[in-house]
Amino acid sequence: MHIISPVLWQFLVKWLTNFALFPPEASTIAPYADALYFFLILISLVGLVIVALLVAGFSIAYRAERNPVATHIEGSTLLEATWTIIPLALFMICFVWGALLYFRIYNPPTNAMNIYIVGKQWMWKAEHPGGQHEIDSLHIPINRPVQLTMISQDVFHSFSIPAFRVKREVIPGRYSTVWFEATTPGTYHLFCTQYCGTLHSQMIGQIVALKPEDYQAWTAGSTSGASLAQNGERLYASLGCNGCHSGQADARGPNLAAVYGAKLQLANGSAVTVDDAFLRDTILNPSMHVTAGYAPIMPTYQGQVSEEGLIDLVEYIKKLNSNYRIQQTLNTTQVSPSQTGAPLGTVAPNSGSGSTPGMVKP
Amino acid sequence: MSTIVSLPDQATASLPKRSYLNNEYGLKSWLLTGDHKRIAMLYLMSITFFFFIGGAMAGLIRLELLTPQPDLMASDTYNKLFTMHGVIMIFLFLVPSVPATIGNFVIPMMVGAKDLAFPKINLMSWYLYVIAGTFTISALVLGGVDTGWTFTTPLSTHYLNTHVVTAALGIFVAGFSSIFTGLNFIVTIHRMRAPGMTWFRLPLFCWSNYAASILMVLGTPVLAIAIVLVILERTIGIGVFDPAKGGDPLLFQHLFWFYSHPAVYIMILPGMGVISEVISTFSRKRVFGYTAVAFSSVAIALFGFFVWAHHMFIMGVSNYSALVFSLLTMLVAVPSAIKIFNWSATLYKGSITFETPMLYAFGFIGLFTIGGLTGVFLGSLGMDIHLTETYFIVAHFHFVMVGGMLMAYLSGIHFWWPKMTGRMYPEAMSKLAAVVTFIGFNLTFFPQFILGYLGMPRRYHAYPPEFQVLNVFSTAGATVLGIGYLMPMIYMTWSLKYGAIAGPNPWQATGLEWQTQSPPLTENFIETPIVDYEAYDYDWLANKTKHEVTTVG
Repeated sequence: MHIISPVLWQFLVKWLTNFALFPPEASTIAPYADALYFFLILISLVGLVIVALLVAGFSIAYRAERNPVATHIEGSTLLEATWTIIPLALFMICFVWGALLYFRIYNPPTNAMNIYIVGKQWMWKAEHPGGQHEIDSLHIPINRPVQLTMISQDVFHSFSIPAFRVKREVIPGRYSTVWFEATTPGTYHLFCTQYCGTLHSQMIGQIVALKPEDYQAWTAGSTSGASLAQNGERLYASLGCNGCHSGQADARGPNLAAVYGAKLQLANGSAVTVDDAFLRDTILNPSMHVTAGYAPIMPTYQGQVSEEGLIDLVEYIKKLNSNYRIQQTLNTTQVSPSQTGAPLGTVAPNSGSGSTPGMVKP
Repeated sequence: MSTIVSLPDQATASLPKRSYLNNEYGLKSWLLTGDHKRIAMLYLMSITFFFFIGGAMAGLIRLELLTPQPDLMASDTYNKLFTMHGVIMIFLFLVPSVPATIGNFVIPMMVGAKDLAFPKINLMSWYLYVIAGTFTISALVLGGVDTGWTFTTPLSTHYLNTHVVTAALGIFVAGFSSIFTGLNFIVTIHRMRAPGMTWFRLPLFCWSNYAASILMVLGTPVLAIAIVLVILERTIGIGVFDPAKGGDPLLFQHLFWFYSHPAVYIMILPGMGVISEVISTFSRKRVFGYTAVAFSSVAIALFGFFVWAHHMFIMGVSNYSALVFSLLTMLVAVPSAIKIFNWSATLYKGSITFETPMLYAFGFIGLFTIGGLTGVFLGSLGMDIHLTETYFIVAHFHFVMVGGMLMAYLSGIHFWWPKMTGRMYPEAMSKLAAVVTFIGFNLTFFPQFILGYLGMPRRYHAYPPEFQVLNVFSTAGATVLGIGYLMPMIYMTWSLKYGAIAGPNPWQATGLEWQTQSPPLTENFIETPIVDYEAYDYDWLANKTKHEVTTVG
């Protein structure tokens, strides 16, 4: 049995019993990616076999022993055209197929639930909207599209889930997104694939895909007591944002209610659609994004708010869009009794600039 | 087995009385030489030195990856090893390998010139290379650098306190060395061709080196700019790449890949030139579709400049620019396919013999085909998302750079060795080395494709245990591969003294470099050759040989 070496024997047995050529297919994307992979393998095999047959066949048929004198052939335009056009056509199929897959992977469906990811040397932090925080792991429900909005606190990282066939660079100072829909409950690898310094290979974690009911239970059991928006509200107040963004007609800053998703006219003449990245950017580089009609007086908050804090603020401002009521109201804000359905005293959705929202203490 | 090798009678043969090797003696005559052949030999020695340093690092990396645990060395040491392996192998071995050694030696002879256009610039290029090597070795000795060979910002500018500036200066200087080599080749090929040597009578080796030279001259300055910006960012914090100062961290990658993608063509094109020469010589036939092969080199050089962003498909470039770059990437694959098919067709109705250079060339065709086709996987946008930054990438570029380029380099070194030294290498040993290299290479790098699809990230010091089996194969293969590379080192050195006397043209090849003595005179030719025949005209050679025999007899 083990004449050579018991260690080697065990190793071989282990290898033969669990030898994977493909990672598990655990997302809706995975079968599409694998289909393209098999197609690419197929054309590679065909190409390789043709070249190998040509080289081996000619080497045998025209070796010097059998064919002592070479016959001179200049070339053939027809053949040149053949082996230009056929590979080109095959490569174009790969291009179109790949592009379709790329758009499928990087264009999230509109109903995706959003989770924030902050990467830093050398850990992954996940921030769920409900306020659940995780480090080096991510719990997600199956059969539901999940979008990740990711940012790095320091260097480039890359968020990779091989079982889902998705990956995206996590960039310092810029939000990037990726989405997936898990199909099979289980625990999968999470890797940082962009080299990020000493412990790059320790920047790993696990993706836990749960059945919807298990996910519910996990969410309920892991709450930190305050949602991201609630944290944002607290931060909003403590940074004194409401001093200017009070929502009043004579306020020095623009009204932030319903600003998320709106088209905004900027002082420099350009127009932008307000998204997460824009909100984050205006907090850090306000002078670059002055709304038309307002003076460029906002100071920068660069270095004063962590990436998690910025996520909280963005989440809070996003929620000002809806009739969302922040359940936990802080002492720093007063809710005006006349405002029904308004989330906060600072700004109220659907309230025109002429209305009088509750006053805010700085 | 028949062979085309025709050596002079060993009992009476001797090396020529005068040659570039014994024209002058002493260290000074080598260090201050303007002779392209001596400079080529200086390059040959220096790049071999760096190849074995880089190779030793690869060996240590593979040894560490034998087990999933980080047990052989500290993480920082591992990171420094793969960084230095990349820097040394790319900037100090692959980029100068074929152009600066073989190209330097044979291009002036192929076009029928006495030397390159600017001999002193050629010598300076070697000195710059040595300075670059010194900087790199200093960075290594002082404690290493762990940025990865890509020097990605802001990691390289703000987050590491290793010897980034020293290593970066090394690359900066090495860049100028390669610009000067490229400049010299362009001017030489344009201005110094012998009478009758028209563009379409040039050996294809000249065409492919010409294409690579254009890339060197136009691409390398951009790398220099990127590196200077990294140094300035590190030392005085100019903030071009720092988002906190309004800079763009992605800008660095655009600049870096604008050079470093064309750089892979700088590396592979001269190798393709070697393959054209070798395949033609050992099948006694003109290369099938000479013009198609010549222009495909130029097409690769041209398209090669417009595909750099395919390294950044997952970095948040806009979807539409990703589309354009993917399309262009597919287009650049076509000229490579054309070359492969033309080389295969050259064999048709040839009279093929299987000397060592030909075995290496066959190895090149097989491995480069796999390397090229897996490049299509990566150029295909959606597939790239899963495969990029994994071992699939590592396997892909090692198939192209090591399986392709290094095979071509070894093929060329064996092919021109008799010309360079006047002596033959031992044939049986070298055939064995070619086979060992091929087997070792496949065993090392093929499992890495599977590892990549399984998701194992590159540059990982430790990995999940389920990836171990494939890593063990890879490490075992690396051992075989190492033996395959050590063998030529040993028997080539042996052959310097004991090899059979080669005579002027042991392969019965048609290039002008073979129509003069081996090793050649310092001035290459006794009189300026006049070219009145097409490239790879074996009938002309046969007539000429017959004529010579009758005259003597």
